[in-house]
Amino acid sequence: MSALSPLSIVVEDLAKTFVLHNADSATIPVFHNLRLEVRPGECVVLAGESGVGKSTLMRSIYGNYLPTDGGVRVMHDGAYVDITRAAPHEVLEVRRRTLGYVSQFLRVIPRIPTLQLVMEPLLENGVDCDEARRRATELLSALRLPEAHWELPPATFSGGEQQRVNIARSFIRKYPVLLLDEPTASLDAENRAIVVQLIKSALAEGAAMIGIFHDEDVRDAVATRLFPVSQFKAAA
Amino acid sequence: MQREEWGFVHQNPRDGLRMRVSGGANVAEPLMYLGQRHYGKMRQATIDWLERVELDTLRIDDKPRNFSGGMQQRIQVARNLIHGPRLVFMDEPTGGLDVSVQARLLDLLRELVRDLNLAVIIVTHDMAVARLMADRLIVMKGGHVVETGLTDQVLDDPQHPYSQLLVSSVLQI
Repeated sequence: MSALSPLSIVVEDLAKTFVLHNADSATIPVFHNLRLEVRPGECVVLAGESGVGKSTLMRSIYGNYLPTDGGVRVMHDGAYVDITRAAPHEVLEVRRRTLGYVSQFLRVIPRIPTLQLVMEPLLENGVDCDEARRRATELLSALRLPEAHWELPPATFSGGEQQRVNIARSFIRKYPVLLLDEPTASLDAENRAIVVQLIKSALAEGAAMIGIFHDEDVRDAVATRLFPVSQFKAAA
Repeated sequence: MQREEWGFVHQNPRDGLRMRVSGGANVAEPLMYLGQRHYGKMRQATIDWLERVELDTLRIDDKPRNFSGGMQQRIQVARNLIHGPRLVFMDEPTGGLDVSVQARLLDLLRELVRDLNLAVIIVTHDMAVARLMADRLIVMKGGHVVETGLTDQVLDDPQHPYSQLLVSSVLQI
């Protein structure tokens, strides 16, 4: 992507402090005045040790945490939406079509078969059932999830298998913006390589990504730059 | 408006069903209220709805008391959707049910809500039900709204002391 294409994510002066009302109103400042811009085709990897606020930043960008101050603008349908101020309906719409999120853990809806779970993001975007099924089986095969598992709900799968289901859900459609929270944490080397390929081809097609990777090989393979979150550390 | 465009699913099926008439009649009744008089058509619509809520259509003439609690709740759901409402109120719809029955009913409700493009207001004490079913969450205490927002945001980063207390009190399994 050219350097002139519009920014996909603009984080402006973001601050997050947790206030625990049931613990004597203890406050836990995480970061403040945080600024970050991500262009299409860029994969920004959040760096820093545990507890520095990497996941908090990512969850704030997804609208899952409510920042204390500042804004997060995401390019959606050719215009910016500020996730921190948008109405819930709007955030859901941005998540449905623009903003994908791969967490470390699969949050499963009980008793829904794997194939159905993977097809869901396509069905929600109006793709017909046969086409969705075709693409889901293609991706699950590429991720080497045994075919015998496809009609089973993933609740009883191993950690690595659940993670691949999670990855399949997020890569089955081309989200323009993807947030990756340790998507390869419980995968073996071969499966990590497959996921690295998925990430690289999405980047080549212009997706913008923010990632957290503890695995250095994966990080070096996909990162276009590192972003140390600690430089915005808020004083306690 | 109440008859044509709304539905109301009570926590206790006995409050939402007429226990003296058959399950089928309970499902068909809203159509009658709305002026339908063609018995054959109403019976067919009832059979269709019993299938949608996964009940044995051969039991159409059985009285509600002869159905289990989960089945009674599904009769109540069918009764409240048959006339094509746009807004449905649900007061703890899975409150008194065994967890396996509860999971099945929640699946069914999720599917129906998506397929029929319904607006639903659901009252629940169960945070897991809220996370599974709801797009938006309103936390109330003592008759006042203390917090509103996107369901996952309110559950994962609650702001109000009472919401924080609620979320931190959920037992993990």
